Amino acid sequence: MSIDWYPLWNSLRIAAVSSVLVFFTGIFFAYYAARLPRAVKGVLDVVLTLPMVLPPTVCGYFLLLIFGVKRPLGILLLQFGVQFVMTWYGGILAASVVAFPLMYRTARGAFESFDKTLAYSGQTLGLSNTYIFWRIRMPACRQGILAGTVLAFARALGEYGATSMLIGYTPGRTATISTTVYQLWRTNDERGAMFWVLVNLAISTVVLLAVNMLESRHKKAVKR
Amino acid sequence: MSLKVDIRKDLGGFRLDVHFEAESGVTCLLGSSGCGKSMTLKCIAGIEKPDEGRIELDGRILYDSEKKIDLPPQQRRVGYLFQNYALFPNMTVRQNILCGLCRVKDRAEKEKRLREMVKMLQLEGLENHRPHQLSGGQQQRVALARILVSEPRLLLLDEPFSALDGHLRDALKIELRDLLVQFGGTVLMVTHDRTEAYNMAARIAVMDKGSVLTLRPTKELFADPGSVQAAVITGCKNIAAARRIDEHTVEVPEWGVRLETKQRVGDGLCAVGIRAHYFNVSAQQNRFPVRFVEEMEEPFETTLQFRFAAQRDDSPAVWWRLAKDRRPAEFPRELGVSPANILLLYE
Repeated sequence: MSIDWYPLWNSLRIAAVSSVLVFFTGIFFAYYAARLPRAVKGVLDVVLTLPMVLPPTVCGYFLLLIFGVKRPLGILLLQFGVQFVMTWYGGILAASVVAFPLMYRTARGAFESFDKTLAYSGQTLGLSNTYIFWRIRMPACRQGILAGTVLAFARALGEYGATSMLIGYTPGRTATISTTVYQLWRTNDERGAMFWVLVNLAISTVVLLAVNMLESRHKKAVKR
Repeated sequence: MSLKVDIRKDLGGFRLDVHFEAESGVTCLLGSSGCGKSMTLKCIAGIEKPDEGRIELDGRILYDSEKKIDLPPQQRRVGYLFQNYALFPNMTVRQNILCGLCRVKDRAEKEKRLREMVKMLQLEGLENHRPHQLSGGQQQRVALARILVSEPRLLLLDEPFSALDGHLRDALKIELRDLLVQFGGTVLMVTHDRTEAYNMAARIAVMDKGSVLTLRPTKELFADPGSVQAAVITGCKNIAAARRIDEHTVEVPEWGVRLETKQRVGDGLCAVGIRAHYFNVSAQQNRFPVRFVEEMEEPFETTLQFRFAAQRDDSPAVWWRLAKDRRPAEFPRELGVSPANILLLYE
């Protein structure tokens, strides 16, 4: 039996690209949300966290409302040859939206527990704010940010609801691991479904093991 | 060399309204916690922004609400020693100190000044350690090295000894005092501990509820605090409302006594203070019958609480402190206090 590896490749690229996107946007919003006035922060916080509590299909529905090919933004984007509906990179959009709150919230938690006097003392010593951010704040919040990234990656890899709403399932074009599992199971291909379940399990295990190893190495380095 | 501060800031519960000048040498802001001392330091460093006012350092304007000047902390050249020292945990001692040299571009110069500072603060051999591997005293020295190497025009110390164990504290006080003399510039220190303030500072500004009540030479302040708040903050235990009888006599109704004073009694007198150490078995003046209430012992000193014979019931017991080896076997029937030791407190 020859296996079509496309879903694996597609899932990995969607998860990888959306983790990178979510890494930067999550940190950006986490950092600036912490400095906003309380009222604005509260509203923004709800909006940014919503995709985490909404059913992914609802997120997908909203994405279709905004980016659908008959909607104003969808039509506009089409002028530039960009179409998020039924394309593989539409999956990036869906996965990013759903994974974003995980990165945002963990990074925000890490930033909030950051000892502000470290930043203050850096400023009084004459260090630039950029230097303080990348060389003092980020390393100090390293664990939280790493955890957020991993969670976001795992979430993006396993995304099903919003993805199937926005890009559907087209073998060899938009199929991902999770949509493939559902499709194969639905068409009574239990062995095929099981195969992709095992692939998914293997990837997730490797990711989590890698994180644990990084953590323990980090702890050892600190002890030394 | 001088620092002029005149700022106001609304802090929710109360208003910070601070006005004072500090010259070279150590000036201490002394006050109970939450009185706005640390906020004042933060405003001077540029970490917090006052609502209005002016901060000037050696003729340089750091902040002026009217002229819309508000230099960022990076440009103020104000060194700030935080309570927890704020060493960067992900960097070695060497990297931490190099952060203080970020304004120096020349590599050889950087290296030279780093080595000088490491030597001056006796940090040799610790260069590659990380902050958590150091003792409290060493952490303080690294934090100071990092600040001093950046050549600040003003040094701010926020409760510099609060993170240290008691037995380390005294040794480090002497070390830090010598270092501040070497620094030579203006130093502003914040503490709630009057002993620390007395140890370190040439002048003390007493702060209460967001404003500076008085700024005076340390010894003068302790000898004659002048106001009730200053007397409390300098550790006077016995304070009672009083009124003037004549030039050298005051009446304290609460204690049921009339006290003879050495200092001339002014018109606005509102209270008198007697430090717990100043009562004396053999003093002949201001001598009154007393009654023992209770005792609290410390390792080397003891506090005896007593009441004057004619003291009002609602008035708290009076404190008498003395070294244990001078404690009389039996509580005396009468105690006196020298007229020179009656603190006259005004509105």
